[in-house]
Amino acid sequence: MLNTSELVKKLVEKYGKQRSSLLPVLQGVVEEQRYLSEDALVEVAKQMDIPPADVYGTATFYSFLDTVPRGKNIIRVCKTISCDLVGKDAIVKALEKVLKIKVGETTHDGQFSLLYTNCIGWCHKGPAMLINDEPYTELTPQKAIEIVENYIEKSKN
Amino acid sequence: MAELKLKKVDLIFSTKRNPLEALDKALSLSPDQIIQMMIDSGLKGRGGAGFPTGLKWKFAAASKGDEKYVICNADEGEPGTFKDRRILDEVPEKVFVGMTICAHAIGSKKGYIYLRGEYKYLLKGLLPKLESYHQELKKRNVPFEIEIRLGSGAYVCGEETALMESIEGYRGEPRNKPPFPTVAGLFGKPTIINNVETLVSATMIMCMGVEEFIKLGTTDSRGSKVFSISGDTPKAGIYELEMGMRVSDFVEEFGDGDTKAVQIGGASGFCVPRKKFNETIIGFEGIPTGGSIMLFNSSRSMYNVLKNYLDFFVEESCGQCTPCRVGTQQLLKGIEAIKRGEKGPEYLEELKKLAQTMRVAAKCGLGQSVANPFISIVDNFKEEIIY
Repeated sequence: MLNTSELVKKLVEKYGKQRSSLLPVLQGVVEEQRYLSEDALVEVAKQMDIPPADVYGTATFYSFLDTVPRGKNIIRVCKTISCDLVGKDAIVKALEKVLKIKVGETTHDGQFSLLYTNCIGWCHKGPAMLINDEPYTELTPQKAIEIVENYIEKSKN
Repeated sequence: MAELKLKKVDLIFSTKRNPLEALDKALSLSPDQIIQMMIDSGLKGRGGAGFPTGLKWKFAAASKGDEKYVICNADEGEPGTFKDRRILDEVPEKVFVGMTICAHAIGSKKGYIYLRGEYKYLLKGLLPKLESYHQELKKRNVPFEIEIRLGSGAYVCGEETALMESIEGYRGEPRNKPPFPTVAGLFGKPTIINNVETLVSATMIMCMGVEEFIKLGTTDSRGSKVFSISGDTPKAGIYELEMGMRVSDFVEEFGDGDTKAVQIGGASGFCVPRKKFNETIIGFEGIPTGGSIMLFNSSRSMYNVLKNYLDFFVEESCGQCTPCRVGTQQLLKGIEAIKRGEKGPEYLEELKKLAQTMRVAAKCGLGQSVANPFISIVDNFKEEIIY
């Protein structure tokens, strides 16, 4: 695995140093490391020649550019009205139980973070959630647990 | 089943015609001819605001500039809207062609699709199709290319100038208008930004001709519209219908027999109570919508619905202007205080004044439109908010 400096270098080479490449570079770091560490933010600032405060200010605007450590798999349960009406609370309760964490927390082994998110565009098939980039829809508590257990199984192999 | 009072249409998702036909037809026309077609078609923006598309293109075409941009707004974040996701999944070529038609009309060589981060999984399908589309353009010597940029979870970036800030690499904070994007948009250059569905409509107008297109819909709402229907309905999903229908006819078709309210236009739209179903039209002559329609039956608390919307706006307000940053929070705290009995029912009037102030004083559409759900829910379901 690349260290942070090498990763940023690779991304800056790919997207270029101009300001409009800042988001793609930050998104690239999050894809590899799941969040933007202070090291990563400073490294991006240095290599793109943008003040670190500006990089931090830009990153913290976007809810998918986390600046606190997140698990390898980030679960985002939709909490907007249509998913709320059809039982997102039961889904969250089931996930909290199987992962033994509350919403906003990360499991001790660093495998999962459980978060809420706003509308993800699956209102007709709620409750819905994203795990990393993948959508899962028409959830029941049982189905949600099975999906997460599959991820746990995969992480063991 | 009784005959539908709503007319289903099959334009947007239809795969009967090859979208490249529309491209070739557009390339054979002059920019002025294309713009005139769009104006004659009466097409209005499908993202919700409903600005006349032809006029917008005309403004951008008239702007002087060595570089111009075409942006497809695929930051579909309005709660209850999911039609653009399906359009991009099933008929992305129609979107690419729509962008190219626009580029030809205004004189642009570069297009961007700003895709919300929540839809990142669509890239798998989009990128190879875009690659082969670029080949088609090359074959025809069309100097236009499209780049896809991803959002990162910010509803406000669906606002056109916030979206441009985001592409430029900044916080997605809306700009003051004027200048409008058609004069100074992305990177300060003349820019057209259209919703995904608007661009597909442009492709279809080119395919079928203006005459056929204007046979659909009403005088004020030409053409068809893709609706995203959710909530208390046995038929949640995506439907393409003629615009200009009555809410009562809509509820008859999609309701569960117990519909007490319909929210038109998502969290930033309007709530229509049962007693107004008959008199309310869905379309530009009544309540316009980017496509989101949510139904609520009598088992639902409208307090919870309003609170969910306000929670949403508190989180998604970009925080740049005070009316929106503070206003959204005070509206939420206000209805919570009334519910707990700490404030009397008369406090609702104060909150409505605050919402009205936001409508005038907030910098962008996000803050300005919070008053829509707030006042329409509070006025029609006062008892549910107070008790």
